[in-house]
Amino acid sequence: MTRSQRNLGLVWALIGLPLAALSLWGLVDNARLYVTTLLNGLTLACLYFIVASGFTLVFGLMRNVNLAHGSLYLLGAYIGWMVGEHTGSWVLAVAAGFFSAALVGLALQWLVFRHMQGQDLRQTLVTIGISIVMADLMLWIWGAEIYTFEPPAWIYGSTSLPLVEKFPTYRLAVVVGAIGIGVALWSFLNRTRVGMMIRAGVDDRAMLAAAGVNVQLVFAVTFAIGAGLAGLAGVIGGSALSVSPGEDTRYLLASLVVVIVGGMGSVVGAAIGALLIGLAEQFGQAYAPTYSVVFTFVIMVATLAFKPRGLMGQAA
Amino acid sequence: MSAAQWRKAMNNPAAARARPALVAVTAAATPSQVLLWRSLAPRHILVLLAVLLYPVVATPFFVYQIGAQSLALGLVALSLTFLGGYGGMVSLAQMTVAGLAGYMVAIFGSSSAVAISLNWPWWLGVAMALVIAVVFASLVGWLSVRTEGIYTIMITLAIGVAFFYLAQQNYTLFNGFQGFNKVFAPTVGEVDFRQPLPFYYLALVCALAGYGLVYYLVRAPFGLAIQGVRDNPRRMNALGYNVTAHRVAAYALAGLMAAVGGVLLVWYNGRISPGTVGTGAMLNILIIAVLGGMKHPLGGYIGALLFVLLQNFAIDLVDRERFNLVIGGVFLAVLLFSPDGLMGWWTSLRSRLQPQSGLASSPRKP
Repeated sequence: MTRSQRNLGLVWALIGLPLAALSLWGLVDNARLYVTTLLNGLTLACLYFIVASGFTLVFGLMRNVNLAHGSLYLLGAYIGWMVGEHTGSWVLAVAAGFFSAALVGLALQWLVFRHMQGQDLRQTLVTIGISIVMADLMLWIWGAEIYTFEPPAWIYGSTSLPLVEKFPTYRLAVVVGAIGIGVALWSFLNRTRVGMMIRAGVDDRAMLAAAGVNVQLVFAVTFAIGAGLAGLAGVIGGSALSVSPGEDTRYLLASLVVVIVGGMGSVVGAAIGALLIGLAEQFGQAYAPTYSVVFTFVIMVATLAFKPRGLMGQAA
Repeated sequence: MSAAQWRKAMNNPAAARARPALVAVTAAATPSQVLLWRSLAPRHILVLLAVLLYPVVATPFFVYQIGAQSLALGLVALSLTFLGGYGGMVSLAQMTVAGLAGYMVAIFGSSSAVAISLNWPWWLGVAMALVIAVVFASLVGWLSVRTEGIYTIMITLAIGVAFFYLAQQNYTLFNGFQGFNKVFAPTVGEVDFRQPLPFYYLALVCALAGYGLVYYLVRAPFGLAIQGVRDNPRRMNALGYNVTAHRVAAYALAGLMAAVGGVLLVWYNGRISPGTVGTGAMLNILIIAVLGGMKHPLGGYIGALLFVLLQNFAIDLVDRERFNLVIGGVFLAVLLFSPDGLMGWWTSLRSRLQPQSGLASSPRKP
């Protein structure tokens, strides 16, 4: 056992043991509350993962911190809602959410970011400007009302689980869906030619271009997928909760914290970060409501203190 | 670091570019300290007279709503200009620091929330607020200097939004959604700072002090070291400078300026609520700094004046609800067409009018 392994074990023991003790106490004290919170946390984590994976993908390849990511989430949700209302099909709404956000993302990449490559700070500031304009435009078009989706009957209603008598089926479906998306994303990145180009681009952009690949095209595809995932999450998250102005900031913050904790540019990191943040948020809200934000924050601080690049982050 | 890596870093074109720039700044700064008074041009005296005599000609609305608010917001933006323009660390949490100072004034002083406010004398409350805000700013700095460039924006944004949610959810200390009302500026002796005229001059004194501090500091050894750290942290480290300490100190100083601005803002508004430190407010400070230009300490005030004017008179151009669209559009236009903001226009205009003055003879260009 090397010294670093022993240190790692020590860290695990220091964090894990109190957590395990608290979990045990939670289970004995009120098992139903504990399991419900756990499941809710998992659902939230899955939502966060879908939003943050797009964010981290775009950053990993283009070094572009897209602070308009939350706006794409909200835009996908609104357009998905309109399509769902017109056609009555929830599946079509999800597709519309994905493709509308992907199109807007494509337009952004093609019209704006392509022209300011390498200027990280300026790009980031521009995305802030775009998010302000988009938030106001959306407020103009859709107003300040709260919209809700109607998921199809086969995932609507509740399922009985051990310990928790009734749990919304939809939330379980979100978990299954997110795992599906994660697996699909992983296979896309690891098993396809375009995925291979994206991974190569993350490692060395200049070398990829030198190898004869049209980097701009790879960028456009990645940005479209990243933005589309945000829009997709908009419909899925809007169905689990609701759609209203202000959600864009909430999910932007969530993706920020998730990728800071998980490590920028790593999809696996996004999954780990989402799991940590989602669970911390739900447990915080269930057991210490006024300070739930603080837990999220403490996780971020602790991660930064020990691993400044995030849990799965690598040197840029 | 291996020798090969070191060579690579030294041969980096960015590093090579940074070297002459730093030398030029150093060379330009030393005589400018000696000639600080002689470098006062007529336009400086003109501007000073204009801001001093402004209340004589303006209506109370213009003195208070436009003048004082621009100065207070400009001071917060100036702290960001110092951090971002000179330190290379764009922190979105400056409004959070200002808001924290405002909250502390409300908590230690008097407000409508009698259960929370401690009713301390105003000077003690303000002193506590400044100290706490500076400590908070240093902590934010300590946390975010572990990262660089765009990461800093993200971490400070996350910190700011987390503070917003904390202020909104916590009722024992921050009084939740309502926040604090009736947080008024004090009456010192005969002077009631709630009146537009005294408050304007109070804001003006603070703003001038902030401007003078930054103006002096960026030519002082500390400020030069900060700019060196911005241009090449690795080399500054090799020269024996403690990069982290310099950065955290810059955060603390910027925090002090932001905190003074925050105290002025809470007195100006007479109230503070989570909305004061929300994402919109945090971004507004960034917008102000970028509008004015981050390469000159005056930029923050210019940007704040334009921002406040737009805020008050955009209603005449468009619907009141669409203010964010206007300001977002202006922000995008400035970013796309004039990355150095309005001060950038001024500088390029000046250099076009007097092509003979080079960089060395113009110490005003940092």
